[in-house]
Amino acid sequence: MPIAHDFDYIKPATMEQTIELLNQENKRISILAGGTDLCNMLKNGFRVPDLMIDIKALHELNVIKDNNTDIFIGALVTFSELINSDIVKEKLYILWEAAHKVASQGVRNRATMIGNICSAVACMDSAATLLVHNASVHVKSVNGERKIPVNEWFVDNKKTACLNNELVTGVTLEIPQKKYASAYEKQMRYAGEDLSQSNVGILVQEDKTYRIAFGAVGPTPKRSLKIEHFLQGKELTDSIIAEARQMIETVIAPITDVRSSKEYRMQMTKVMFERGLRTAIERLNNLI
Amino acid sequence: MKKINFILNGEKRQIYVEASDILLEVLRQKMGLTSPKCGCDNGDCGACTIILNGKSVRSCLIFAIEIDGMEILTVEGLSKNGMTPLQESLLTHNSFQCGYCAPGMILSATELLKVNPKPSVEEIKECIAGNLCRCTGYQPIIDAITDLTK
Ligand code: FES
Ligand code: FES
Repeated sequence: MPIAHDFDYIKPATMEQTIELLNQENKRISILAGGTDLCNMLKNGFRVPDLMIDIKALHELNVIKDNNTDIFIGALVTFSELINSDIVKEKLYILWEAAHKVASQGVRNRATMIGNICSAVACMDSAATLLVHNASVHVKSVNGERKIPVNEWFVDNKKTACLNNELVTGVTLEIPQKKYASAYEKQMRYAGEDLSQSNVGILVQEDKTYRIAFGAVGPTPKRSLKIEHFLQGKELTDSIIAEARQMIETVIAPITDVRSSKEYRMQMTKVMFERGLRTAIERLNNLI
Repeated sequence: MKKINFILNGEKRQIYVEASDILLEVLRQKMGLTSPKCGCDNGDCGACTIILNGKSVRSCLIFAIEIDGMEILTVEGLSKNGMTPLQESLLTHNSFQCGYCAPGMILSATELLKVNPKPSVEEIKECIAGNLCRCTGYQPIIDAITDLTK
């Protein structure tokens, strides 16, 4: 399907130039990296930009950097690059797992994680990872740089805290300094292209602190502090897990849509929560 | 209109495109290459797969203007000097019926075999998970690729 309207295209060579270009109030601007979402949005007329800025010449954004206590992932890193990264596999296992579950190889070769969180559809695969690793999103504009904690990033379905003149340059994910393990669970109808019906991210640490994030079961992905506090310091016996499972009914608000009914989502989220929690614990025990 | 230069199946090419032109349409309509097909037009089916700078991608999700300076391979280029062993194997196994999914399947599997010459059946399935085929039930395609790993 052709795109029904014309727009300008610029591929700036430097960050400064990009930031300047973004700072035009009278223009609707779309930023292009992998384009796997943007292209569809333009075809469907959901976005009608005057200008498209292709940031793929900003090579400094194509990095995965290990700073020991945190890891920076730049805006141009694709899901395939995440899958092939030893740093990600070793330290951000949940992201490594989640990246495999994004669409298909042909999409992962283009699509970026930053694009995923900028589109911010509630069912995105990256959010759970970012939430359990206390990530912050780096944005830049003519007014300087700021870091937005990921729990403030997702404002609503398809809405983020990013301002019109800001460019997302990457994310920093915190690496726990105690032994930890994580797991990602995604329920979908079939592999290869489907979006989540529901997803759960779990991170457990050796001191029995737990981080739990839910996606696709509310307008924005979010952590459940309520369940985390309940589990804090506890040995995970069958009855504790059952109790935590029951609490899910009070912390998520799934809806019915083409992919599944809210009742099914609720049930599957409980199942995946338990499965993820047990997987993460098992992985942690293998480390200790 | 902007002039872009790229390498298409080993040949230098130069054309004028609008920013809004989709690569798949440019390849089919302006460059006359019909192996990339339009199945879903939104990234789900894999029929439009091409190899861009060595990686399989969906040409229905790429703006033609983005590929300035890049290198594209389609099935036309892949079999310029005759069929590849993969294509021979697909033929022997009678892997396709209507063939609409074939170019995408071939290119996805070509990419896989290049980085991983002996993939497991699981890896093969994972690789073509995003290439939908409505005719064959996938088994003859998987068999043909598996055969090459023996
Ligand atoms: S036509 Fe491109 S993925 Fe279906
Ligand atoms: S052979 Fe017909 S779609 Fe695959």
